[in-house]
Amino acid sequence: MFAFIISRLLQAIPVLLVVGFISYAMFAFVGDPVSIMLGQDFTEAQRVQLVHQLGLDQPFFVQYAHYMWATLHGEFGISYRLARPVSDLILERLPATIELALTAAVLALLIGVPMGVYTGIRRNGVLARAFMIFSLVGVSLPTFLIGILLILVFAVVLGWLPSFGRGDVVHFSHWSTGFLTISGLRSLVLPAITLGMFQMTLIMRLVRSEMMEVLRSDYVKFARARGLSERVINFGHALKNTLVPVITIVGLQIGGLLGFSIVTETVFQWPGMGLLLVQSIGVADIPVMSAYLMLIALVFVGINLIVDLLYYAVDPRLRVDRRALTGAR
Amino acid sequence: MALLEVDRLTVEFPTRRGILRALDAVSFDIEVGEVLGVVGESGAGKSLTGAAIIGLLEPPGRIAGGQVRLDGMRIDNLSRDRMRPIRGRQIGAIFQDPLTTLNPLYAVGHQLVETMQAHLRLSDRDARERAVRWLEEVGIPAARQRIDAYPHEFSGGMRQRVVIALALCAEPRLVIADEPTTALDVSIQAQIITLLKRLAKDHGTSVMLVTHDMGVIAETADRVAVMYAGRICEIGPVRAVVKQPAHPYTEGLMGSIPSLEQRVERLRQIDGAMPRLNAIPRGCAFNPRCPKVFGRCRAERPELLAAGDTRAACWLYDAYSGGRASDV
Repeated sequence: MFAFIISRLLQAIPVLLVVGFISYAMFAFVGDPVSIMLGQDFTEAQRVQLVHQLGLDQPFFVQYAHYMWATLHGEFGISYRLARPVSDLILERLPATIELALTAAVLALLIGVPMGVYTGIRRNGVLARAFMIFSLVGVSLPTFLIGILLILVFAVVLGWLPSFGRGDVVHFSHWSTGFLTISGLRSLVLPAITLGMFQMTLIMRLVRSEMMEVLRSDYVKFARARGLSERVINFGHALKNTLVPVITIVGLQIGGLLGFSIVTETVFQWPGMGLLLVQSIGVADIPVMSAYLMLIALVFVGINLIVDLLYYAVDPRLRVDRRALTGAR
Repeated sequence: MALLEVDRLTVEFPTRRGILRALDAVSFDIEVGEVLGVVGESGAGKSLTGAAIIGLLEPPGRIAGGQVRLDGMRIDNLSRDRMRPIRGRQIGAIFQDPLTTLNPLYAVGHQLVETMQAHLRLSDRDARERAVRWLEEVGIPAARQRIDAYPHEFSGGMRQRVVIALALCAEPRLVIADEPTTALDVSIQAQIITLLKRLAKDHGTSVMLVTHDMGVIAETADRVAVMYAGRICEIGPVRAVVKQPAHPYTEGLMGSIPSLEQRVERLRQIDGAMPRLNAIPRGCAFNPRCPKVFGRCRAERPELLAAGDTRAACWLYDAYSGGRASDV
């Protein structure tokens, strides 16, 4: 198990190098930060000085090496737009995005899995059909539209919940949390639903189709023939067998939630990384964009590792294969 | 009174093109401790009979008529909740493919324990102890070490032993074994059949052994029912059915089994194929293929009639038409 984790972490290195190269390449090929930073009026001397200050007059690969070296030390450069270290900016924004994404993911799992099980078992029930229609809406409506509709109904018409921002937050050194204040929690509701809606309906439909598949299997029939209760069969035998594909999809989706909550954060003016990214793209703030890219790559590597570990927890067949595999090496 | 009485059991599948009758008035009994073999070609309704008895017909299949009685009590019309305690506890089941009948995610010991605890009041420790004993009884070597192994860590034959342990662990009075050896290596088949036979004898369990292997029936069963196109065409003591088959179909079936004593160039075969469910002919279902067919066979369906030591659904054994048939 330990060897497996180590080998997975080693495999992550080339991934991060490639992502680092791409994100670095943006410096060289996307936009011209120098002219953006200098504005309209500048002298040639000012330009040369800035270019030198940013290290842009050095050969490409030297710049890349410098960049990766700095990145390894957690130095992502200075934001062109805000003239502050990118690492500070991201650390500031990270908690908001993580809290939003986790809430959305938990919401999606807690509602999506039971709904999927239910619709898989009661295929033709009225409630199951209603869930299916609802899920079709969730899957097909674009996120920004769901967000705007929720704001319209719950913030504008009913006035129950705030329409933007994060509310009051409590700070713990580097971390700021909205979980501990009423206004923070109230602010979280609409964005979390908006962000989690698609995942929830996706999870529900996935669990449903997997359940229907598994319920037809011989071992479920045999479990019935052994006289086990419906509850044990549905949740013990059937649901557990649907978990491997569900874990795969949910893992990727949570990566997506963290990385691409851009639309939701924009709609709700949520002070997270997505909003930071949108604002940075607008002015070609390349250090922020590339740091963001690296961070998302890291998140996906981490999630894939967790997903793989969960596979082994769920499916004993994989454990043996792994043992055999590491033995063969 | 017989342990299991199946009385004119009829199973139908409603389809878009009309109702298909997959089992048509099937009747037989199984006595306490008896092994009844059920043979027939694929699609004759053997497995379906077993599924209908334990109430596990796949929808849209449904019991459209007849009764199934266990100890004189009807079980074909029980609700799901009242049928559940009967499955496993009164009637156990062994399925065909041991590679797919065990849940891959649970250790075999867990599956045994949960089955026993579903039916018997046992503490976790007692149930586990019994699980070890069952694994020993079905011949799993080093049962105590293997109890926490997962299904994929056993070979096919070993897995079928585990399946047998699972089917018997709540001490049911009847076991329906649906082609228990079909998916196994020939070398393993005999072992599994011997095991099943021994366990049934030791525990006084009745067995309904569904198979298309006449050899298995001949050495295991007390009586045999031969099925054709959803009906029983002959039923009787195994010796009589094998040595002196009464129904022309049974005769053809026995004729198609290779014999070690006689050297034959080609096996005999029955011309034609079993009719599809939507095209079962009027009268006797076998009449288009029957070498002894006569007029009445095409008009009227024969009931089971006494024919020597067995009973056969054939007009040859009717007092009236049987005599006339000899003129044909």
